[in-house]
Parts: sequence; structure tokens; C-alpha cells
Amino acid sequence: MKYETVIGLEIHAELSTKTKIYCGCKNEFGGEPNTHCCPVCTGMPGTLPVLNKSVLDYAIKAGLAMNCSITRFSKQDRKNYFYPDLPKAYQISQFDLPLCENGYIDIMVDGQEKRIGITRIHIEEDAGKLIHDDYGNMSIVDYNRCGVPLIEIVSEPDLRSPEEAKIFLETLKSILEYTEVSDCKMQEGSLRCDVNVSLRPVGAKEYGTRCEMKNVNSFSAAFRAMQFEVKRQSEVLDGGGVIEQETRRWDDVHGISTVMRTKEDAHDYRYFPEPDLLPIEISDEWIEKIRATIPELPEARRQRYVGEYALPEYDSFILTSSKNMADYFDACISLGASPKTVSNWLMGDVLRSMKEMELEKIPFEPSKLVSLIGLIEKGTISNNAAKKVLAEMFTDDSEPMALVEKLGLAQVSDEGELKKMIEEVLAQNPQSVEDFKAGKGKAMGFLMGQTMKISKGKANPQVISKLLSEALNNM
Amino acid sequence: MYKYTAHEIRDMIKNKEISSVEATKAALSRIDDVEETVGSFITVLGDEAIKSAEAVDKKIASNEETGSLAGVPMALKDNMCTKDVLTTCASKMLYNFKPPYDSTVAKKMKDADAVLLGKVNMDEFAMGSSTENSYFKKTLNPYDITRVPGGSSGGSAAAVAADEAYFTLGSDTGGSIRQPAAFCGCVGLKPTYGAVSRFGLVAFASSLDQIGPMTKDVKDCAMVLDNIVGYDCQDSTSINTEYKSFEKNLSSDIKGLKIGVPSQYMGAGIDEEILNSINASLESFKALGAEIGEASLPLNKYALPAYYIISSAEASSNLARYDGVKYGYRAENFEDLSDLYLKTRSEGFGKEVKRRIMIGTYALSSGYYDAYYKKAQQVRTQIMQDFSQAFEKFDCLVTPVSPTTAFKLGEKTSDPMQMYMADICTVSVNIGGLPAIVIPCGYDKAGLPIGIQIIGKHFGEQTILNAALALEQTVKKVRPQIGGIE
Repeated sequence: MKYETVIGLEIHAELSTKTKIYCGCKNEFGGEPNTHCCPVCTGMPGTLPVLNKSVLDYAIKAGLAMNCSITRFSKQDRKNYFYPDLPKAYQISQFDLPLCENGYIDIMVDGQEKRIGITRIHIEEDAGKLIHDDYGNMSIVDYNRCGVPLIEIVSEPDLRSPEEAKIFLETLKSILEYTEVSDCKMQEGSLRCDVNVSLRPVGAKEYGTRCEMKNVNSFSAAFRAMQFEVKRQSEVLDGGGVIEQETRRWDDVHGISTVMRTKEDAHDYRYFPEPDLLPIEISDEWIEKIRATIPELPEARRQRYVGEYALPEYDSFILTSSKNMADYFDACISLGASPKTVSNWLMGDVLRSMKEMELEKIPFEPSKLVSLIGLIEKGTISNNAAKKVLAEMFTDDSEPMALVEKLGLAQVSDEGELKKMIEEVLAQNPQSVEDFKAGKGKAMGFLMGQTMKISKGKANPQVISKLLSEALNNM
Repeated sequence: MYKYTAHEIRDMIKNKEISSVEATKAALSRIDDVEETVGSFITVLGDEAIKSAEAVDKKIASNEETGSLAGVPMALKDNMCTKDVLTTCASKMLYNFKPPYDSTVAKKMKDADAVLLGKVNMDEFAMGSSTENSYFKKTLNPYDITRVPGGSSGGSAAAVAADEAYFTLGSDTGGSIRQPAAFCGCVGLKPTYGAVSRFGLVAFASSLDQIGPMTKDVKDCAMVLDNIVGYDCQDSTSINTEYKSFEKNLSSDIKGLKIGVPSQYMGAGIDEEILNSINASLESFKALGAEIGEASLPLNKYALPAYYIISSAEASSNLARYDGVKYGYRAENFEDLSDLYLKTRSEGFGKEVKRRIMIGTYALSSGYYDAYYKKAQQVRTQIMQDFSQAFEKFDCLVTPVSPTTAFKLGEKTSDPMQMYMADICTVSVNIGGLPAIVIPCGYDKAGLPIGIQIIGKHFGEQTILNAALALEQTVKKVRPQIGGIE
């Protein structure tokens, strides 16, 4: 049977606030275990939480960027469960009155815009971390991450394939980065996601039974987990089986998921309003103040690049998917460079080198790329030489012109010097000269190449071309 | 010297008539004499107390500025965190717990230069009405050592009644300051919810808990209250308002004070001797110029069930953190994580605490939440409206504190419902977040103190203190004879 895949996502993003959500501890990744914590975030008896107001600023910002309505009167709730990384044995979260609701994100799927609903965004505290290695049959707990502020973003089940889900995740990540709500460092756990997958016969209206997958630590792992789950479910259904509602644990090393818990042993979290905290009231002024701080978002930027600079859709999408890259691009344009040329450089050699060197940021300023491009346009260096200079720019922060000199790549455009080279080439290749005269166009190319060779690649090809045809025509 | 009130001690130290060391030694030697009989304390800080008294005396001698309770020896209920000093909540679960920080009230006591004598006994995690639920010891009623001191702040009340401390702090979730104050013949006040910071008070029921003074007389009560109220940025439920000195504004002039007597509290189930004593007090109020009228709190009959659902629900969550992982008691032998949880909690908690955790867990469970917790919260709103309406007509309300005077040890331990009924007159005050004071208004035939409760409007502490002061002047106080010790 043909099935339609239905995917919904839950994304946890750590907020980039200076301090934790309910105490004054620094919100910083790393540090020796149990050094970034205090009696409050370790849930010592008698301690009380006090909400860090800037958590609301960040969460509202995320909500506005994802077109949500902001709940004017909300509250926080306790989610009760036992686990050693949760020192109070409850997580302060939001249950029935989330801070943000009913939003959406537009994503590009095969050149078509698609709107994906955001059910809700709520604030909550992160838990600590269990460390299982190297302690015999004991585990130890690091509470540094306790009380790190999170938002949980829940999407509608609007995604129809793992590919769509991947694009959605990338788009969402870029929004969080653009708004500086989260640093989205997946390797540090700043962005985590749970995946809900179900299948239904094509054309069916009712959703199928869904399975949730946890322990998905990267977008590519999410993609693999979803692919696996789609295949697994369709095999079960094709075999006449029934999908059981369950939570599964994704094992990325082996590429499989296993049952974590079934519906029967699902937790009863016994949510109830957190009595230690007051309700949250958000005024219109507050919302407008935050709205004013939202920068141009990736989608708007992408449209601007296509509309104003006539860049291809794909290039615009790549350039805008990272705020760093898009800001870099804009900086180059404001320095007067041609958008198409800058885009080609960024999309090509720059991104390739960044990938090779595993860099998150371009290590040289936009002005340097612009002056490199200027050197090509002025004819100082050839396009090929520029690629060599660019490669050098990743490790040497000298000005591009200094690198051209260092590498001896300056282009020879001096007609006198080039004429001498051409004379030499013509003298050495009488056959080719004959061929040219006989009307074989190819000979021209060969003679150009020979001249370039003598010049060690530094000859300005346009000048050679001009001088060579003059010379040949005069013979 | 131990017989003096706290304000007398404060004034004598201030006037350099006595030293803090003398006052502290007097209290410590009194503890030596009666503690074996009464059993108020879990931890006595002998040397530490004398050291801090010496420090205060030094300050006074060199005319340095001192805090407003300079040199006065006092004790804290053992659910208020004291840095590096055992804070057990009278539970095996926290038998070895030394907090890494001071509660706000402990800090305020230090800032006021009070001398901490130690930590006093209570029902485990403040759950109980007789202090019989303490893991460590029983505390006996100084008026009759075959009887309970009330609870949960039984140690706080007994220590004051037995003159072991010049004052103590207790905590009150459903009557835990007021009922033991009534049983032990001392003054106890539960402040308006949000007036005293809960930061560092080991939580029982967060939306009901409140710390308050337990003292020898009304003036002491006002004095101590002055030193503990105030906004605290570490407690989100603490209320930021202006707190004027209660002691300075104390006045026994209650002419024209409108006192309401809720009929629901003055009927069946309450001992006749208690009713008689309350009625006599009402006559005294009238004689002092107050106007007495009948008030109606029709929904108060639902206060007890609503209280037990809300407080148990919150407790089940607040007490979940005691799991043997981080501090306190940990079961010795366990197979795996869930076994560690199971054994630690089975062995570490007493019977009553487990009972409340189970009630609360049940009330919050999916499928039952609406019928219990949500309904109880709705009742809570209704009861608050009940009070608001009554306070449109009256300045304060007067009720009994408990259906009986101090009952016998073991009398109610086998019947939890009977024990819960002991809170019938006090819980609605917590549900309403209102202030209420209890003072002795007489003694029954057996010589046991009878308490009277005066309930005020939100932040109406001054009104009820003044009414209590006026009434106090009409009551002849009888001192306890502790098992033959004077």
C-alpha cells in the first residue's frame, strides 16, 4: 500500500540568557562538573525559584519570529517525575497555558513555499546530566546544566517526509540564530529534538498511530531516525500489523530504534500549577518592545536576495540559512562588491574551505574578500590566482594584495613584456602558426596556453588574447 | 531570669542591666533542667550560642550599633534552614542534613543579633497536630506531661511555655503555629501569606506555609513579627509592601472594633469548656468597647477537605526530591535506581508523611485531578470570597482554635481522621492566606490552657495584635508546673 508520512517535531532550544532561569548562576556551557550551580538550581530543601525575566524576553522573541500569538496571562507548572538528573524531582515547565501559541514557519520545499504550523512554544528548565563511564557500577551527576533556560517548540503534524522535516529543522535553526535566541550548538546540546512519526494510507483523513523517537542528537540523526521509522511502520502495516503508540530510543550508531516505553507505562506527570511562582502577565508594550528587536529573518532576506540581487533561489537559501553568512554577504555588498560575484565566491570556494576546515565563521573580514574581488576586476590577478590567494586568506590575515606578492601571483598585463613572450611562442611553434593561417581556430587556443605557460600563469589572458591575434594577423 | 519575656530581656540587655551571655546561660541552664522532661529540642547549640552572645555583648560594650533583638536567645523550628547547622524536619530522611545556606528568617535573626539556642522539634515535615510524628523524640506538654504539645510546631510552643527559649519561630500550614500555641498557653501568630519570606523554609505546602512568632506575650509577638516580615526577592510569593512597626503601634484601645463570630465555629464538636471560655472572652471584648456580631462563613465547612487535598498534593511534589541521591538518608542496600528510590523513601519517611504523599499523588493523578485538586482550588476561591464578605462587616473574626484542649499522648495516633479534625478551626485561615493570632484566654478544669483565635484581614496584623493585647490584659496567666519542676 502507498502511505503518506506524517511528521511532527518537538524541539528543545537552550536560550542564550546570561543567567539561568530561576537563579543567578551563569548560563554557560562546560566547566568542571557541579561548579555552575547553587542551592536553588540543585533544588536544596527550602530553596525557591525566581523567574529570570529575560527568559520571557527570549521566548517571546522566538514566538514572534515564528508568528505566534503571545499569551497575555500564562503560568508555570510542575512536571513531576523521578530521575537523578532532576534534583527537585519535578521540572518547572508550562502545561496548559504556554507562553506562545498558534504560529507558523514558511519553508521552501522543491522551490515551493510551504507553511508549517507551530502549535506552541513554552519555557522550562533543563535538567542535569548523568555520567555513566569510569565509575564502576555507579553513575555520577553533573548539575551544571540544571536550570538552564529552554524553550520547547512543538510543530503541528504538517510535515510529509523526512526531507521536509529536515528543511523545517534547518529553517527553524536559522530563525533561532538570526534572533539570537539560542546559539543552536547541537554538539553542546543547545538544540535537541524529538520526532513523532505516523503513516496513513494516501488520501486518508485520520492520522495513524504515532511513535515518538527520543535521543536524536543531530539533524542528520533525526533524518535517519525518521527514514528508519517510516520504513519500519510501513513494513508493519504491509505485513498486516498494527502500530502501537510507543516511545522509541534512536541508536544512531547502529541505525535502529528500540522501544523505550509503551503507552501502558507512559508517565503520569501529575502536572499542577507551580505554587512557588506567580502567574506571568505580558503587556502589549512588552511585546512591542521585543518585536522591535527582531532582525530581518532568513525568509525575508532570501526574498530580498532573489528580488533585489537576482540571485538564484538555491543560492539565496544557502546564503541566508546561516545568519553569519548572510551578514557577511550583506557587508560585502555594502562595500560595493557585485552581489553575483560575492555570492559565487561564498557559495564556492569559501563554503568549501569552511567545510574542510570545520569552521563556523569566515576567518577574514568582508573587506578582504571585496578587495580580493577588486584585484581580479582590475586585472591584477587571474581568477585562478585569486583562488590560491583565498586559500591563503584562511590562515594568513594579511591583506590580499600582500598575499598576491607573497605568493608571486601578480598578473602580467604589461604589453611590452607580453609581446616578447608571444614572439618567443610563435618562433617555437611554426606549425601552429601555419594551422592558424589555414583556418584552424584551435591553434589560437594552443598558442594562448603556451604563452600562459611561459608566463607561469601570470599573464593577463585578455591582454594575451588581444596581442596574439594582432601578431598572427600581421604575419 | 528565664521567666522574663523576650522584650524584657531585650530591654535589659540594651540598658546593660544584664548581658546577653547571662540571658543565654539562663536559657541553657533551664534547658538542662527541663529538657529531659519536655523534649523540645532536636539540636541545642550550647557553645555556639554562648559565643554569639559574647559577640553581641562585645558590640554593646563598645557602643557599636546592634540589631533590634540584640542578645535575645531564641530557637528555630527544625524546618528552617540554618547554614552548617542540622536541619532535619524531624525526619530520618534529613537526619544528617546541614544546609549550605541560611533561610531568610535565620539570616534576619542573625542580622537582628538574636542568639540561636538551637533547633526545635516538630511533626515530621510539619505534618501532624501533636509532634508525635517526629522521628527523633516526643515533645511533652509543659502543662501536663501526659499530653501532647500540639503540632506541628510543638517544640516551638513547648520551648516557649517551658521557658527554654525567650521566643521561637514556628511555621503554620494549617494551624501548626496556632494549635500548639493554644495547647501550650503561649502566643502564636500566623502572618498574612507573603508577609514573611519562605526562602529556606523546607516546603510542606508552598501555597499555605507561613512562618510566624511563638512568644510569651502579645508584645513579644509584635516585636518578633517586626523582625521577620518584609519583601524578599528570593521568594516570588513574598509581597512588596510597606511594613510599619507592629510593636510601636501596639494599642489596647479597641473601642469600636467590630468583631465577628462565625456561628459555624461555635457549635457542635467543640468542647463546652472551650465555648464557655470564648464566650467569656467575647464579654471581655464587649466590656472593652468592641462591638460583637454574628458572622457567617457558610463555605468554611469545605475548608478541611480542600486543605487536605491542596496541602497533600503540594507536599507530594515538594517531598519528591528526597530520594537518596543527593543528601540525607540513603538506603544501604539497593539493586538499581528504582530500588534505591523505593527503599530510601520507604525507610526514610514516617507513616504520616507517606500517607500524605499518597493522598497528594492520588489527587494529582490524571483522571482524578479535576475531581480533587481542581475542585479543591475552586473551593479555595469560594472560601476566600466568604472571608471577603465577612470582612466587609467586621474588622476581625473570633473563633476557637481547636475542638479540645491538649489531648493525651497516643490518643489520636491510630486514627488519622480524628487527628485531621483537630485542624478544623485553623485551616481555613491558611486557605484564605489571612493572618490570625492565638492567645490563651483561659484554662479548663484540668488546668490546661484554652486558646482563642483572632483572624484578621490581609495585612490586618496590627488590628489582631491590638485586640489580642486588650484581651491579654483581662486574662490571668497560669504558669506550667513541669513534672514537678518549677
